[in-house]
Amino acid sequence: MAVDRFPVEASHILMFARSIGDTNPIYYDEAHATSTAVGSIIAPPTFAQASAQFDPDYVLRPKAGQKWFGSGATPSGAATAKKEEASDSDGDGKTSGSSAGGLHAEQHFTYHRHLKPGDVLTAETKPGESWEKESKRAGVLKFSESITEYRDEDGELVITARGVGVVTEKVIEQ
Amino acid sequence: MALDTSEIKVGDSYSEMIVEDLTRTQIVQYAGASGDYNPVHSDEKFVTEVAGYPTVFAHGMLTMGMTGRMITNYVGDGQLTYYGVRFVNQVWPGDTLTARAEIAAIREENGETLVDLAISTTNQDENFVLTGNATARAA
Repeated sequence: MAVDRFPVEASHILMFARSIGDTNPIYYDEAHATSTAVGSIIAPPTFAQASAQFDPDYVLRPKAGQKWFGSGATPSGAATAKKEEASDSDGDGKTSGSSAGGLHAEQHFTYHRHLKPGDVLTAETKPGESWEKESKRAGVLKFSESITEYRDEDGELVITARGVGVVTEKVIEQ
Repeated sequence: MALDTSEIKVGDSYSEMIVEDLTRTQIVQYAGASGDYNPVHSDEKFVTEVAGYPTVFAHGMLTMGMTGRMITNYVGDGQLTYYGVRFVNQVWPGDTLTARAEIAAIREENGETLVDLAISTTNQDENFVLTGNATARAA
C-alpha cells in the first residue's frame, strides 16, 4: 500500500468514532477539545487504518467500472478473477477463508503523536517477515507482516503500524 | 485525564462492556468509515456460498477499535504511545464483548512515566476474541 495523500478530516473522524461506538467528545466537539490538555480534536487510536480510503489501489473497495468479487446476480461477481487471485497467491487454488488475501491476524500501532484534523499524511508500506504455522482448526497458516510508516507534511513520523495477515488452508472450524 | 501513578499499582484492572448484541448494521457502519468493504463482513451470500463461513463476521479492526475505546476511557485522551493486538477468534453478529485492561508495569523512560497494560477482549461465552498490549503516558 502506498498512500500519497491521507488528509485527516473532522467529519471522517466523527464517522469513524461513531462506527466503533465511541461518543467521547474529544473526537467531534472542538469547543470541548480545546478546553482539555489535548488541545484539539484528535482521532481514535485505530483511525490510521482508515487511510485505506485514500489508497487508489485498495482491493477491498468496489471501484467504478470494475468487477467486484462480492455477490450481485451470482454469489461472486468475479468468480473467474477470484480463481486467478487464489492461484496467484499459492498456486494450488485451494486457498479459502477470505478470498481477498486472507484474514487479519495482528495489528500494532506505535504513536509518535496522535492524528488531528488538518494533518495531511503519507503512508508507505514495506513487507516484513513471513512464516508458517500448523493449526488444528484451519490447517497450514501462512502469515505475512507489513510495516506502514505514516508521516506528516514535514516528513515527521507520526504513526508506525505493523500488520500481520494470515491465509488459512481451510475455513476456520467454528 | 491521564492515569495518576499515585492512585494505581501493578495488577489493577479496568473493564467495560464494549458492545452488546453486535449488529450487522454496525459492521456495515465500520466498513463505510474504515473503507474496508471486504464482503465477508456484510455480504451473506458471498460469505456463506463462496467463502464458506456460517455468516458474516466483524472486522478484526472493529473489535480493536471498540477495545481501544475502553483503553482511552481508562488512560485518558491522547496518552497512548503503543497499542497492539492479536485477533484470536472471530466476532459474529449477536456477540456481546467485554474488554479488560490490567496494569502489567509502571516504569520510567526518557523522563516520562509509562504504564504497560495487558489487554484482552472476551465474548459472551468467555472465549478470548482479542489479546494484546498497550502503553500509555501517566501523570
